[in-house]
Amino acid sequence: MPSAAAGHDTAPLAAPGSDTVLLDIDRLTLRLPGTARPVLDQVSLRVASGEVVGLVGESGSGKSTTAKAALRTLPTGTALDGSVRVAGRDVLALRGEELRAHRARTVALVHQDPRAALNPVRRIGDFLVERLAAAGTGVRGATARDRAVELLAAVGLDAPERRVRQRPHELSGGMLQRVVIAGALAAEPRLLLADEATSALDVTTQAEILALLRTLRAERGLGLLFITHDLHLAAAYCDRVYVMYAGRVVEERTAGDLFERPRHPYTRGLLDCSPTLGEDHREIRPIPGKPPSLADAFAGCPFAERCPDAEPECATWLPEPVALADGGTGSAACRRLPELLPVPQTTTKDGSR
Amino acid sequence: MLARISRRLAGLLATLLAASFVIFAAVYAAPGDPAVFLAGGRDKLTPEKLELVRAQYHLDEPLVVQYGRWLGDCLHFDLGRSFKYSDQVADLIVARFPTTLALVAYATVLFVVLGVGAGVLAAVRRGTWVDSAVVGGTTLAASVPSFVSAIALAAVFGVQLGWFPVTGGGEGFTGTLHHLTLPALALALGALAIISRVTRQAMADAGAADHVEAARSSGIPEREIVRRHILRNALGPIVTMCGLVMAGMLAGTVVVETAFGISGIGSLLVGAINTHDFPVAQAVLLLMVTGYIVVTTLVDLVHPLLDPRVKEAAV
Repeated sequence: MPSAAAGHDTAPLAAPGSDTVLLDIDRLTLRLPGTARPVLDQVSLRVASGEVVGLVGESGSGKSTTAKAALRTLPTGTALDGSVRVAGRDVLALRGEELRAHRARTVALVHQDPRAALNPVRRIGDFLVERLAAAGTGVRGATARDRAVELLAAVGLDAPERRVRQRPHELSGGMLQRVVIAGALAAEPRLLLADEATSALDVTTQAEILALLRTLRAERGLGLLFITHDLHLAAAYCDRVYVMYAGRVVEERTAGDLFERPRHPYTRGLLDCSPTLGEDHREIRPIPGKPPSLADAFAGCPFAERCPDAEPECATWLPEPVALADGGTGSAACRRLPELLPVPQTTTKDGSR
Repeated sequence: MLARISRRLAGLLATLLAASFVIFAAVYAAPGDPAVFLAGGRDKLTPEKLELVRAQYHLDEPLVVQYGRWLGDCLHFDLGRSFKYSDQVADLIVARFPTTLALVAYATVLFVVLGVGAGVLAAVRRGTWVDSAVVGGTTLAASVPSFVSAIALAAVFGVQLGWFPVTGGGEGFTGTLHHLTLPALALALGALAIISRVTRQAMADAGAADHVEAARSSGIPEREIVRRHILRNALGPIVTMCGLVMAGMLAGTVVVETAFGISGIGSLLVGAINTHDFPVAQAVLLLMVTGYIVVTTLVDLVHPLLDPRVKEAAV
């Protein structure tokens, strides 16, 4: 296990087309007691301001834990290695009041289920005023209430004056997700973590929330880490996408490259899992086997036993990111990368394999 | 809301009616003949005299007729005359009920403040020595019978230290407070365990909710989270349990009243039962049942204020 200090030696690579790196996770390894393998293994990830970064994977792949690491809301007994920096600050070293202020001001998390994220017995207005107070904005009383109404209007809720007096059970899921986003914006954070923020909503509401998040990113220069299990959505919505499997980042690409020329067998497998409209009706191929649990330990590549391209050596090869030569800035953690040709059209080429 | 309250009131009256019959029948069925007592004992009792007494007190009529007569009188606020004291039952109760009510109210304040406080402390410091101390201490307090704790309290704070009087009900507000402190403490000690445990558990449940985690991850100060999210959402079970314990206390003051020589309705009831004083026993029991029903109804009415979702479901 490499030491945590190693992360600070390498000069941070400037993310393309961005001025400041907001979230910089460097070789983060996270272990929980009683698990056979680390929950996160050598995860490196960055989000620059004004950038939408996707984080994709099956359930249990470590997506949400990565987001939690940015807030340092991790269970007790977690062993950490590596570094997490938000706007230049070492999050893992924060304690007490500093940590509270970090959570209240710099980063905001939008959960999957807005109904579960709001206290059912309190009014929407109280929720927003509380967030404003926690962020240390200094607004109080009637001013805070006005600010709450403004926030609700900013996220496109109709009749915001009425909404602040309502309680969560009086609003629909889509409206509540807008309320939660308004709460996240109350602190005027620089980084927004959207953890499956649209997964529980129906399609039209999902589109509205996605559009809202994009607008807010453009208006406020927010960095957005968009966590989802939907690779197609991530590829269509994000600038860059990280694909995670069993606590590791297996591929990092710009969204277009990822969708058109996926390199890691797992990414290809994910794309083959979902049906698409097209001329050739290619068959849906689920990835064989099931996602590994935390009780499964791996001596080599964790995806080897489900991988169509695996060779016996893969079972002992410790995955490390291999830079891709094909003009892009991405990387993929696959031993056979140099041999496996870039596949311009996943669908047809895979069919003949 | 109005419809809800009137529905609750109708239910309250029905319960009261049923309870009044059970009380009347139970006292009627109790062993021993009140006529013998009324006639002055078995010594010089003749069947004629017994008949006379029975007719005088309407004891020769069937149960249902007696019940009807009693109920009719009750509705006119006439609770009858005590067989033993020959006073109006209403006067006896009016003289003694305020003392018991003050005792129960004082004990309620004590067990709510101390019990909920200890429960919150245990919940916030769950798994630490504070938690163990609260659970252990309250369990110990609950396992001591109230007559033992009453005597112990009187011995230490009344006799040894001389801080509080050991008998009587006291005069005026401060006098009453002074006199009732030890009895109220003895009464409240037993309730501390259940109240603190319910508070701790309700807060543990409320604290496990996702919105608490969400509030924590958005940097809301921990004190605010405990107060506005965890304790606020745990109030339902806490208020219910406090109400039930308080209602139960109305009927459970006998031991403490006896130990501290307070003339409340608890001791009045025990005396009435021992002397077959039907009207007093019935009236006191009816009062206790009424108190119990009123308190539990109030708790039910408070619930929609604590959780607005209940209101929606009930309308």
